[in-house]
Amino acid sequence: MAIISLVIMHELAVTQSILDISIRHAKEADAKRVTDINIVIGQFASIVDDSVKFYWDLVAEGTIAHGATLHFERIPGEMTCEACGHTFRPGDISFECPACSSVQVRITQGEEFRVDSIDVE
Amino acid sequence: MPTRIPVVEKILSANDRMAERNQNTLDQADVFAINIMASPGAGKTSVILKTLETLQGRLRLGVVEGDLASSIDAEKAAAAGLPAVQINTGGECHLDAAMLSDALPALPLSEIDLLLVENVGNLVCPANFQIGTHLNVLIASIPEGDDKPYKYPGMYRDVQALIINKIDLLPYVPFNMEYFRRGVEVLNPGLVTFAVSAKTGEGMAAWTDWLVERVKTK
Ligand SMILES: Nc1nc2c(ncn2[C@@H]2O[C@H](COP(=O)(O)OP(=O)(O)O)[C@@H](O)[C@H]2O)c(=O)[nH]1
Ligand SMILES: [Mg+2]
Ligand SMILES: [Zn+2]
Repeated sequence: MAIISLVIMHELAVTQSILDISIRHAKEADAKRVTDINIVIGQFASIVDDSVKFYWDLVAEGTIAHGATLHFERIPGEMTCEACGHTFRPGDISFECPACSSVQVRITQGEEFRVDSIDVE
Repeated sequence: MPTRIPVVEKILSANDRMAERNQNTLDQADVFAINIMASPGAGKTSVILKTLETLQGRLRLGVVEGDLASSIDAEKAAAAGLPAVQINTGGECHLDAAMLSDALPALPLSEIDLLLVENVGNLVCPANFQIGTHLNVLIASIPEGDDKPYKYPGMYRDVQALIINKIDLLPYVPFNMEYFRRGVEVLNPGLVTFAVSAKTGEGMAAWTDWLVERVKTK
């Protein structure tokens, strides 16, 4: 229970930030309304689930982004082996390269955490 | 007809800017600050209290407590005669830069060399929220298990030091140190790591000596 409430609070802050960023960029472009928001979130960056959509209606109420649709592009975590060059999705019990068993691997994708673009009218 | 506007802005960028302001405030007052993160019960308060005990007389210390539960932790530091502030996060699962910004004026910064900030116990999100400290420190503890780097990779990415606490429990709890460290090395190559027991004091000197060095060379 405790963990769940923790995550929810965290996502409220994330939702508010997405709203602030979207409105600022829309106003700079003299837009009247934000219709869509395109968000990119990597697997390692943050846990952000559907509760953001729930909060969205609350925080966006009365703003030019009210009613906007949120689109989440999820980027899976990816590691690259420095020994053999193989690229793979890490498991949650091992980061070992599945091709050559090396542990000389580095994260090459999955840390994205940004508002990519907005659609405005 | 809608028009697409490229944004490409990091979520929580406003928090990051506020964190930078906090760091400027700290730098101007010549305060070195560290942000201590861990899951609940990993030993944040215990490590902080032991650190205060070890460094008293060597550095002028201050404490900010962000733990959810109560102000007990801040009271312990205050009882030791140190400037301490409790941040009531109102159920929030992490400290953010605005909260630290509110706490700083309540501290006599000109009388502090090292400020220890205890973040809210949580492995899910504190790493997303920079608060403006000079170091992010993660505490992992033996009873939590050796698979934490694999389960919470995000927490290990943006820290500059790792404390492995409760090593006094190693004889009683299955914990494969080699497996744990291998995961950490992938996520954060060369991360400075201290194995300690806040209970027995083992390993604490290496941590506090390193900290003193960091404060001196800031
Ligand atoms: N055996 C052992 N117990 C510890 C150690 N450090 C902390 N504890 C205990 O772990 C519990 C949680 O510690 P606390 O410092 O309050 O954790 P926090 O929630 O991260 O601040 C307490 O009962 C401590 O006495 C340690 O090094 N060894
Ligand atoms: Mg505590
Ligand atoms: Zn390989």
